[in-house]
Amino acid sequence: MTENINFILNSALISTLIDPTITLLDFIREDRKLTGTKTGCREGDCGACTVLAGIYSGGTLTYKTVNSCLLPLGNIKGQHIVTIEGLSTEEISPVQKAFIEEGASQCGFCTPGFIVSLTGYLLSGGSSDRDKALDSIGGNICRCTGYSSIKRAADKVVKIFNSESYSGKTDIESLINTGLLPGYFKDIPARLAELQEKPQRVRAETDKFIGGGTDLYVQQPGKLREIRTEFLKGHIPETIDSEGGICRIGGGTTFEAMNSSPLLHSLFPEIEKYFRLIASLPIRNSATIGGNIVNASPIGDTTIIFLALDAWVELNSGTKKRTLPLKELYTGYKTLKIEKGEYLEYIGFYIPTGKYAFNFEKVSKRSHLDIASVNSAAFFEYSEGVITNARISAGGVSPVPLFLSKSSEFLAGKAISYETLSNTLGIMQTEILPISDVRGSGEYKRLLLNQLCKAHFISMFPEIIKEEALL
Amino acid sequence: MRKNDLEKHVTGESLFADDINTPEGTLYAVVFDSPIAHARIVNLDISPAMISRGVAAVLTADDIPGVNQVGGIIPDESLFAEKETHFIGEPIALVIADTYLNAAIAAKKIKAGFEKLEIITDPREAFIKGKLIMPPRTFSRGSTDAAWRECRYIFEGKVDSGGQEHLYLETQGAIAIPGEGGRIRLISSTQSPTSVQKTVARVLDIPMNFVEVDVLRLGGGFGGKEDQATHWAVMAALAAYKLKKPVKLILSRIDDLRMTGKRHPYSSDFKIGLDDNLMMIAYEAVYYQNAGAVADLSPAILDRTLFHATNSYFIPNVKATGISCRTNLPPNTAFRGFGGPQGKFVIEAAIYKAAEELGIEPSVIQRKNLLKEGDIFHYGQAAKNCQAINCWNDAEQKFNYNELKAEAAEFNRNSTLIKKGISVMPICFGISFTNTFLNQAGALVHVYMDGSVGVSTAAVEMGQGVNEKIKTVVSQTFSINRDKVRVESTNTTRIANTSATAASSGADLNGNAAIIAAQNIRQRLLDFASGLPGYSSAVKPEIRDGEVFLGGEKTGLLWEDLILKAYQSRINLSSHALYATPGLHFDKETNTGNPFAYHVYGAAITTVSLDCLRGIYSIDSVRIVHDSGKSLDELIDRGQIEGALTQGIGWLTLEEVVHSPEGRLLSNSLSTYKVPDIYSAPKEIQVIFLEGSENDFGPLRSKAVGEPPLMYGIGAYFAIMNAMKAFRPGKVFGIDAPLTPEKVLTALYDKI
Repeated sequence: MTENINFILNSALISTLIDPTITLLDFIREDRKLTGTKTGCREGDCGACTVLAGIYSGGTLTYKTVNSCLLPLGNIKGQHIVTIEGLSTEEISPVQKAFIEEGASQCGFCTPGFIVSLTGYLLSGGSSDRDKALDSIGGNICRCTGYSSIKRAADKVVKIFNSESYSGKTDIESLINTGLLPGYFKDIPARLAELQEKPQRVRAETDKFIGGGTDLYVQQPGKLREIRTEFLKGHIPETIDSEGGICRIGGGTTFEAMNSSPLLHSLFPEIEKYFRLIASLPIRNSATIGGNIVNASPIGDTTIIFLALDAWVELNSGTKKRTLPLKELYTGYKTLKIEKGEYLEYIGFYIPTGKYAFNFEKVSKRSHLDIASVNSAAFFEYSEGVITNARISAGGVSPVPLFLSKSSEFLAGKAISYETLSNTLGIMQTEILPISDVRGSGEYKRLLLNQLCKAHFISMFPEIIKEEALL
Repeated sequence: MRKNDLEKHVTGESLFADDINTPEGTLYAVVFDSPIAHARIVNLDISPAMISRGVAAVLTADDIPGVNQVGGIIPDESLFAEKETHFIGEPIALVIADTYLNAAIAAKKIKAGFEKLEIITDPREAFIKGKLIMPPRTFSRGSTDAAWRECRYIFEGKVDSGGQEHLYLETQGAIAIPGEGGRIRLISSTQSPTSVQKTVARVLDIPMNFVEVDVLRLGGGFGGKEDQATHWAVMAALAAYKLKKPVKLILSRIDDLRMTGKRHPYSSDFKIGLDDNLMMIAYEAVYYQNAGAVADLSPAILDRTLFHATNSYFIPNVKATGISCRTNLPPNTAFRGFGGPQGKFVIEAAIYKAAEELGIEPSVIQRKNLLKEGDIFHYGQAAKNCQAINCWNDAEQKFNYNELKAEAAEFNRNSTLIKKGISVMPICFGISFTNTFLNQAGALVHVYMDGSVGVSTAAVEMGQGVNEKIKTVVSQTFSINRDKVRVESTNTTRIANTSATAASSGADLNGNAAIIAAQNIRQRLLDFASGLPGYSSAVKPEIRDGEVFLGGEKTGLLWEDLILKAYQSRINLSSHALYATPGLHFDKETNTGNPFAYHVYGAAITTVSLDCLRGIYSIDSVRIVHDSGKSLDELIDRGQIEGALTQGIGWLTLEEVVHSPEGRLLSNSLSTYKVPDIYSAPKEIQVIFLEGSENDFGPLRSKAVGEPPLMYGIGAYFAIMNAMKAFRPGKVFGIDAPLTPEKVLTALYDKI
């Protein structure tokens, strides 16, 4: 474990032998004494530690926001990390100016995170709509302002995006010219090109594989120092491909990569709506599909989605590959059929042909950046008013992410009708065993799953299933 | 050079306690706390921690040189538990090591044995078992007993409101740096520097002049750092004192959530009586306050509940009884509104219930009963300069309340599963510490020989903008550019005997003190200018926009030149001043008097949308007319109103503090305790400042703004109830805040 980690922090080249399992946040604050990045919660739930990660790939440099509290140094090799200090010069930037003018900062503790996030919105380019600007700060908590002044500042930033001098240009030179980035950014692509390393093979002799780290690092600083770890980033596929009627998603694919995949968009036109309810942008930028599935949370959002797609996982131990249906992966609470040394290389599913409908529902205490009380996905193939094939999954109602096999079996061959819905609800209740916890009582979760199943039918078949009838 | 806080905030230059570069050799401290809510400590073995990697010391109650006592109002709270623990999170020992991680690892190695005792988490159960913080308190006026006979309608009910985590983004923390001869310098994230100073002195058995407390700024306080910042500062001081090394103690978020108290949950009973004209003529309420394990500020908070029992309504016969109940939870503490919100929530619930029973809108009863000029509150003070009706009328007219109502009704006629709800929420909040002696503040103004000005006051900046307001009043008093004025950190060696920055009073008290100090210097400068060659005492000089004027004419003598001349003439360019709010008195036996300098008024109209299929809701708009007097700074005041409102909505909707029956905090992280984010905050907030309201007591005729707008958030609760009613017109819902999606859905549908 004595290999150097090389990356650029703001304008400085860093080459360090420091333990790769330590978080970027601790490195920035304690080692580098850059204190503009704040420690708020150490679980990616407040955004005070947000920084930009510039990733150089295939000759292009793209920036995304990440929560530095959940990001191990081992995952930032060859990247350009930008903290608030790296965005600030003697001249106030247009984003900073908007915050000052609108009084969008009170105590100031969350402010650097907001500035970094909104700057990330401008850097990511391609969209000038307010929704995207707000989504970029959806993972930033402010306890002082009530967000109104922040929204006013964000509106100003959106205006910058649409202004003549900016006009959506996201190349670094334009951004430097408009004062959004300091001049040193100019040399970053060339400097990063020199830092790129060849991907290596995954070492299977490990106690723990680390994917995006967004779950493993939740309030666990130091814990991963005591065991043997192996970083998967850069070593396992991050691609989304379709071939021979099969869609395969690399285990290292981030949530946001799935969210912006044209293939997945064409299959599931509402995918953006689902992902908006899943985590926050900085977490989606780091969290991987492999991690979400292997984490085995009974309420994992993407697991629930893939269960309804009847997906399979492809596991690799370095010497052996095997495939397992996702619905057979879980054996109990947080236990699963993955052996030591195995990692999730791909998740795959058959691309549906014919007529189908898909829907994902999630209700949590807070609508965004919260863990579901209950979530559920439904995938129905149908023809002439009859369901030919159905798969429903639900999270938060059992020790494992649950494939509702009885309900799914029952639905096959049934007409799309109130009666079918009503009967399904009855069967569904026999398949679940929700417990009472901080996300809701068992009774609530039973009721909620009922409601979400109704919501599936209303959303998928609005012509047939009317909301009036469901009172 | 960045001259104001905002520039420093947006560039990340602003320093918080954890950001300050500490001297080399600084040690890090981690607290070992009780894992059981009520237990006898049978044994405590710190030796495994002592020999853990990097550990410098493990301190317990045995290591305290002075008194093991940190209680504020009542001395009932140990720094470290000795024989018994009273809540999960109660500190037992402090581990100090070379790194934070080593201290945390060592803390886990401490072995403690406990014998469990009875655990009580419910305030009514505590009351039945006689576990009280102090004897019950009753505020009354008129005779409710006699008035019931006059009532046409009488309604009774029970109301619950939950706790609320402060969730200041900056966790609690302090750095203690030992000086020579046993002196201690502290950098503390506290709203109350003097409380820290006094308590460190008591625990270390040293005089207060050996303790310096410096506060640059807080990353949010909201009351959570009024009393409860003290413990961590004292522990750091104790460790620094013992080890003669700088010690840093910053709580991790999970430790902070587990160890510190929150807003008090209340369970209350009400009885309300109305006459034929729907005038409220009698009101009784009993509030069971869940104080937690020790008193903390609970007695004062309970008093404010009683003061605000009738919100902004006049009720001639009132009897309000508060019972502070001792439970095995962390000591609940100050939180923006300080008991006021809990009191107001109960009367609003009572009005809602009365309206529901009578089949009318709550706003009918609310509007009819608003306070008028000269009405006597149930604590004997008269409503002066009363703006309750003005605010309501303005809100109703400027925001077209009747149209909004009609729109909602129309929408609901055409929509099955989405329903709109609407409510009006008036507020009236008394300004002053209800402990009269606290209503004082000191300010120290220096004018340096280059004309720049340094101001120190007792006020702590925590995002409320008090420093900017002080800059405003000082620069206006001198009539110089505000950039010439710098507000310094709050420091007990510059300003002694500070009252906490709390009770919304920071800008009032400290602004007024700063004005007096600046006026003193200004007068000396003008007297000095009168004696300059070419000036005479017949024509009085004045300073305007940084220049000396004589008889209304420019003299060419600039502020900077005047100051240099004055300095060279040995004029005193420094002044310390004290401001004490005049006219305050309160008799704690009869519970009557004139406790408040004035009241802040306002009215808010809230609209919400409820997804009745999923039980989730959004706050569509909150439109507010707010009485800020002659606002000192509308940008700051607007920010306070919007922020407080959103916090108030959070308290009553999403924010659910959940404990197990064993007293364990289940909502123990940010993944399980949700505060409003950008999506759950109101989609639109509109604020109009009430015109024509001026205030004799506020600096430059302004009014305090910190706490009152939080109570507009109560409107969101009743707007959601209104939408629920639209979906299930025949159903009667209980009143039990927060109104989480779970409570909404289980209220709308039968159990499966």
